[in-house]
Formats: sequence, C-alpha cells, structure tokens
Amino acid sequence: MITITDVTKSYGDETVLGPVTGQIAKGGVTSLVGPNGAGKSTLMTIIGRLLEPSEGSVTVGGLDVQAAKSRDLAQMMSILRQENHITARLTVRELVAFGRFPHSQGRLTDEDHRHVDLALDFLGLGPLAERFLDQLSGGQRQRAFVAMVLAQDTEYVLLDEPLNNLDMKHAVLMMRRLRDAADELGKTIVIIVHDINVAAAYSDRIIAMRDGTIAYSGTAAEIMRSDILSEVFDTPIEVHELAGRPIAVFDPMAQSVTHDAVRTDEESAVASV
Amino acid sequence: MPRLDLETPDMDAAAVAASPSRRVRFPAPHIPQLSPKARLVLVAALVVVAAACYLFLFIRGSFAFSIDRRLTMLGAMTIAAFTQGLGTVVFHTVTNNRILTPAVMGFDSLYTLMQTLMVFFFGGAALAQTEGIPKLLTQTALMVVFATILYRWLFSGRFGSLFVLLLVGVVFGMAFESLSTFVQRLLDPTDYDLLATRLFGRMSNVEAGYLPIAAAICVVVGVLLWRRRHRLDTLLLGRETATNLGVSYTRELTTMLVVIALLVALSTALVGPMTFFGFIVAILSYQFAGTHRHAYVLPMAFLLGMLTLVAGQFLLQHVVGSSGMLSVVIEFVGGILFIALLLRKGKL
Repeated sequence: MITITDVTKSYGDETVLGPVTGQIAKGGVTSLVGPNGAGKSTLMTIIGRLLEPSEGSVTVGGLDVQAAKSRDLAQMMSILRQENHITARLTVRELVAFGRFPHSQGRLTDEDHRHVDLALDFLGLGPLAERFLDQLSGGQRQRAFVAMVLAQDTEYVLLDEPLNNLDMKHAVLMMRRLRDAADELGKTIVIIVHDINVAAAYSDRIIAMRDGTIAYSGTAAEIMRSDILSEVFDTPIEVHELAGRPIAVFDPMAQSVTHDAVRTDEESAVASV
Repeated sequence: MPRLDLETPDMDAAAVAASPSRRVRFPAPHIPQLSPKARLVLVAALVVVAAACYLFLFIRGSFAFSIDRRLTMLGAMTIAAFTQGLGTVVFHTVTNNRILTPAVMGFDSLYTLMQTLMVFFFGGAALAQTEGIPKLLTQTALMVVFATILYRWLFSGRFGSLFVLLLVGVVFGMAFESLSTFVQRLLDPTDYDLLATRLFGRMSNVEAGYLPIAAAICVVVGVLLWRRRHRLDTLLLGRETATNLGVSYTRELTTMLVVIALLVALSTALVGPMTFFGFIVAILSYQFAGTHRHAYVLPMAFLLGMLTLVAGQFLLQHVVGSSGMLSVVIEFVGGILFIALLLRKGKL
C-alpha cells in the first residue's frame, strides 16, 4: 500500500502540487491521468523519493520514503522517469543488469542473470541484448529502461509514461506485459499515461489529477464519464460504448465545454490527449 | 512468463536505420575482440617496456646516479598518472559529463594563487626555503579543506545542483586567476622569474622525499575507490536512476568530490598544475577499456597515464633532446583534443 499524507510541493511561492492525501492499494495497475502540469510526475517522483516534498510524507509498504534506507527501498520499489540520459556507452544487457544492483551490489549471481534474461525476454529484447543503447530506436531504448526496472523485481513499480516513443503495437504489448506483471506476479504497478483510453483498458484504478490535486479517483468505469473527463481535461470529451468498452473521443472542432451537435463516428477521433 | 516476440530482425534493422541517434560520437578503435582484462594486460606490458627503456637506455656516466634520478622521476610520473587519471575519471562519472575536468573547479588557480601570495609576502627566497613535506601536506590539506567547505556549502543550500557547483567552480577559478595575475604584476622581475618556474609542471625536479607519503595517500584512495567501483558504475546512470537503485546519491557524490579534491590537490602540490593531462588520459581510457565498468576504466586510466608520461618523457629526452618540455607538449596536445571534442559534440 502506498499512503500519501498531506503532500505538497512548492517552488518559491508557487505551489505545484497538493496538498494531496490518498492511498494506492496493493496489487493491480493504477493509472495517473490528467492534463499537462497537473502534478502527476511531481507526485510520482515524490513517491519514488527522487524529489523531496515541501510538506507531508509518503510511505510505501510501510517504509517512509524520506527516512528509510535507500537500499531497503530499492528492493521494494522501483521508479522510472521519462527522461533518461546516460553518458556511458552501455549495451541493453548491461543496462538491464543494473536493475539487479539493489540485490547484489554489483556482483551478479546466477539468480541475477536469470532475472536479467527474464526481463529481456519479457519485453522481447532478447535479439537486441548485445546492442549498444545508442544503436537503438527511441521505442527500443524505452523498453530497455522498463526492462531494467522489471529486473529490479520490486513489489511496487512506478513508471512515468512508459508508453513514450512506442508505436501502437508496442504500446499495447507493453500494457499487456504490465497487466501480466500485476496479475501473475502480484506486483503493484503505478503508471502515468496520456492516452485515457489506454488507461481505461488496462487499469484497475484511475486517479485523475488537475491543478496539483486529485480531482477524481475510482475504477475505469467510474472515471470514464463525459462530465468528469471534460472537466479534468478542460475540453469537451464524449464517452461512447464501443465493442463493449467505454471510449473517450474528443471533438476536433470544439471551442468550449458546451456543445450540442451529435457527431458521427467519422467526424470524431479517438482521444489521444 | 510467456515469451513474446516483439521484434523480427528485419524490423530492428529498419528501426535502427530510421533512428536519428544512431550516429556514434566516439568511434572506438577497432580492437573489439579483446576482453577488458586482455586490454589491461596489454597496456600494462607496454608500460613495463616503456619504463624499462626509460630507466636503462642511454645511460651516460654513473649508472647509480642516473638510475637514482630516473627512479625518482618515474615515481613522480606514477603519482601524477594515478592522481590525474583517477581524479578525472571519477570527476567525469559523478558530474555525468566527459568534457569538464577538476581543473575547472579552480584547483590549479588556487595553487597558483597560493604560490604567488607566498612570493609576494615572503619574497622569492622563501619559496626555496619552505620546500618540504610539511609544505606539501599543508598545501594538500588547504585545498581539500577549501573544496570540502565549498561542496558542503553548495549542497546544504537550496540548490542541490551540480551545474551551480560547476559554475561556482569556474567563477572561483577565474577570481583566483585574476588575483594571481594582479599580484604578479606587483612582483619584482627576479621574484617573478622564480615564481614562473613553479607554475609549470615540474616533474623533472620533484623532491624524492615527498614520494613515499604521496604513494601512501594514493594507496588509501585506491583501496577506497576499488571498494566503491560498483557504486561508481551506478552513478554513471545519473542521479535519479542511481537513487532508484538504492545508492545514497548525495553522500556518494560528496565522498567522491572530497576524494577528487585530495587527488588533484596532491598532484598539483607535487608536480604543478596540469590542466589537460587528466582529460587526455580519461578520454583515452574510455576508448581503450572496452567497457564502462570502473573496475577496468580506473586501472586503464592509471596505466595510460603512465604510458603517456613515461613514453613521452623517454622520447622527448632521447629522441627530440628536450627533456623539460613534457608537460608543455601534453598540455598542447590535450588542449587540441579538448577543443576538437568540444566542437564535435557542440555541448558539454
């Protein structure tokens, strides 16, 4: 369980987050959604102890992330940021092997190698394992970083936009992998996703953020409503039932939240906020 | 877990071809078949050959006298290679760049300022009289204290940013430099002449009595770095990823900065300022080590430093016939390499 208590983050006089209080239950996939600047990444980096909150505290699995030993936390929780810049020239396998550091402190055992192979296979990186990162496309590199975090084999996995740079096929595969990790391995996965329909299709819970606070949270069915999404994203969004799933669509011509025209499917586009 | 084929080999090729980041910035020399260990052994063998040539060839006059003098100089070169090579590699690792060097933190300038002020206040004669281990240790301690205070202050402030630290380093360096230049203008020509000889690398006239204590410090630092080699590897991934992997980033960073301060200060106090030597050695060791791992890169930097100095000194002394110019040649070549890399990368 992740418990967030009165967390705020301010830079100077400007408060960019909070106060936020809430819980993320153990197990399953939780998606953070919301417009740009809503505080999703800030909240996630505070949970992942990469950023110190101005006020408040966060516990993950009972450990206070600011007070607990970094190494103990690293065995329980892993976090991947959006931007990952590395000066050294590493192969995919070397990068993924870094995920085992919290367990082996750099001296890899057979068990560690097994986890590395598993993570590489899990994301289909086997054929690319000996490639250097600078020889990969953006999407392949993204998968290599996710593989590193999965090799860390932690109970809690926080991913900031893991679908960055991925095409539709790989985005779907990535989400299915994460779903599998939650269902089969019992991991707690928290992700930031921009595509609300992807969030709805794969998440157990959705947390919708706006203006630095949690606006709504609930199951996909509870959040996928026209009024809620239009308010959160400040743009008219309709939710239609399609193939048994709620699908959010935006109005390409819309200027404001109030619009009345009933559009045909051809005129609407699937929301990709 | 079920395995899923996300990529066919053909798709990979297409994806790589389309990728803009495919451009390799530092094309490695083509010896990829050798393992990192074999590379180290190879370079070590070259160092032994170079050292043997330097020690035993072209001896004129008394054997004992020549060997004694050459051994002292070999010792000085060993210390310089160790401190500059390792200091620069570790600095590159913790600052996550491969262009800036410890010299940018203002160390050389501090050394220059300290020497200049000494001549200014006590006259040129004082320089000659105060040579000795206490002076070496005092200078080293002063620089480490200066560095530690600076880092402590910067990291306890509200900007925990490395860029601010680097900026402050540059500003301090420029301030020390300007102050030195100003004071030097006030010196009389004889004193200035004495001072000038101190301000270039002076490997050839290093005091033999300094070497044991400098070697002892190097051994302690070497052991410390070796024990932390894996942690250094994770620092290559940057602050956030290293933190995610359970490394206490700020603590490691501070420790490493103090180690760097110690190494660079020792080197500067012993053989004088060398701005680009560490840079050349570090850049070459990334190319030749064949891996990112500090277990190999650090020894490689030391060995390549030795090779550069010993072979360079041997060639200059016996082939070109100008033994005192080694540091000038190294700075010249290093400066060109620095500018070439900067222009090629277009950024820090």
